[in-house]
Amino acid sequence: MQFGIFTVGDVTPDPTTGRTPSEHERIKAMVAIARKAEEVGLDVFATGEHHNPPFVPSSPTTMLGYIAAQTERIILSTSTTLITTNDPVKIAEDFAMLQHLADGRVDLMMGRGNTGPVYPWFGKDIRQGIPLAVENYALLHQLWREEVVDWQGRFRTPLQSFTSTPRPLDGVAPFVWHGSIRSPEIAEQAAYYGDGFFANNIFWPKEHFQKLVDLYRERYAHYGHGTPEQAYVGLGGQVFMRKNSQDAVREFRPYFDNAPVYGHGPSLEEFTEQTPLTVGSPQEVIEKTLTFRESFGDYQRQLFLMDHAGLPLKTVLEQLDLLGEQVVPVLREEFARNRPAGVPDGPTHAARVAARTEESVEVAK
Amino acid sequence: MTVFRLVVVSAGLSKPSSTRLLADRLTESTVRQLSDGGRQIDVTVVELRDLATEIANNFVTGFPGAALRAAIEAVTGADAVIAVTPIFTASYSGLFKSFFDLVDHDALTGKPVLIAATGGTPRHSLALEHAVRPLFSYLRAVVVPTAVYAATDDWGAAGDGLTGGLPGRIDRAAGELAALLAGRGPAAPALPEQVVPFAEQLAALRA
Repeated sequence: MQFGIFTVGDVTPDPTTGRTPSEHERIKAMVAIARKAEEVGLDVFATGEHHNPPFVPSSPTTMLGYIAAQTERIILSTSTTLITTNDPVKIAEDFAMLQHLADGRVDLMMGRGNTGPVYPWFGKDIRQGIPLAVENYALLHQLWREEVVDWQGRFRTPLQSFTSTPRPLDGVAPFVWHGSIRSPEIAEQAAYYGDGFFANNIFWPKEHFQKLVDLYRERYAHYGHGTPEQAYVGLGGQVFMRKNSQDAVREFRPYFDNAPVYGHGPSLEEFTEQTPLTVGSPQEVIEKTLTFRESFGDYQRQLFLMDHAGLPLKTVLEQLDLLGEQVVPVLREEFARNRPAGVPDGPTHAARVAARTEESVEVAK
Repeated sequence: MTVFRLVVVSAGLSKPSSTRLLADRLTESTVRQLSDGGRQIDVTVVELRDLATEIANNFVTGFPGAALRAAIEAVTGADAVIAVTPIFTASYSGLFKSFFDLVDHDALTGKPVLIAATGGTPRHSLALEHAVRPLFSYLRAVVVPTAVYAATDDWGAAGDGLTGGLPGRIDRAAGELAALLAGRGPAAPALPEQVVPFAEQLAALRA
């Protein structure tokens, strides 16, 4: 089981001071947060990709490459990489390069994006969102697995005798998650390839995501990748902690009330009841997170959203201390308890290289 | 015996409201005329006033709270809908429109709907025809020909030489809804969401 954080990379005024960080400050804060994540023992740091203010991370592999150089263990990932509007050839090249530089500590999550104008800005048609995700990923998948590719599709110029360089590290493509908030087609896509499925799990009640995860697990088995329990499931989560529950609520409330996505809507109490958001003591976060397993089955990766809505860097770093020291060690122990033998761990490059070697030994026999 | 599910959406704001009063009269008449044909009817009333905050929250968060979700499911699963709104500023009320903005745009396809409205003056009666009816046409509902408008004066007036009084209009509209329903069985339960197998999704792109 892997634990980590994912960031949206929003530049939001701190509602308690009215101060807005500069883009430069925010970018450097994201790097500091990633380094802290490794320091407190987390397994994954993932960044979003956006192409409009107030978001800064337009160039995830640049940022992740820089972080790779400053860290040693943590897996660098995305949340998400836009499979609809990026050229799949460039994704193949950029992430293979990053994979080499980071010695394999790289995976990525495919998403379609939620900002309509990004499609026309990048010359694409939003009504083709799902077909773009299907075709572009099919090409990306092929580019990482076949040395020389001849390819023709609907959305980009054909390729003749094209080789995407560098080739994936050790000949093993980065692990891919497919993230979706509402589309069963994407759960189906993840299942077809035997890839991971990530349920954002933040902005909607869990019943909604349960349906998608159940579908993914069932189809994963249908396509012969293993049992439904062996499918790779990742979940989002969102927490704010202080030693005393009341202090957490008092401190987080102005950030919640003014948050870009759900602010000025339901109360903190209503939202906490209806969604996986937890605001309280580390113990409350542990208890809530443990319920995810009951809802979704044993899973492989838990990412928390910790640094949005204008929270100052200092606060975020304190949150990461609490997460790393008081929450994740307990979660690791609890999630390991009664975990059925066949359930895979979170995907790593080393494990994937080992699995490939085993496979080729099997074939040789 | 089959039971028909009639869902009544009322966007009245005061309690009691003349909008709810009109909704109740339409419901009574519809139930009476269907019962005459030997049908059993299960009536659910959705008062949008009670859901106003949840409706606003849904716009902000993107998902419905529990009570709103139940209301949307009731409307989606209904065999017929009676939808009644006050006329504000020459059209349906914002709350009424906001509720139907949150109903999936395919969910009312082919569903019999009776539309009605209340207002302070009879001068706004055509708002039913230029605003409310097009809304349900967009949703591909089957809207009965008679739309019932009740101005304040109507509650104390008889018909005249040109048109029947309010009770006559109510019975005519309810009769049209009952007739539409009488020829049908209850709506089939919604099918679980079907996923297009991935190979078909890929093949469709290569065609």
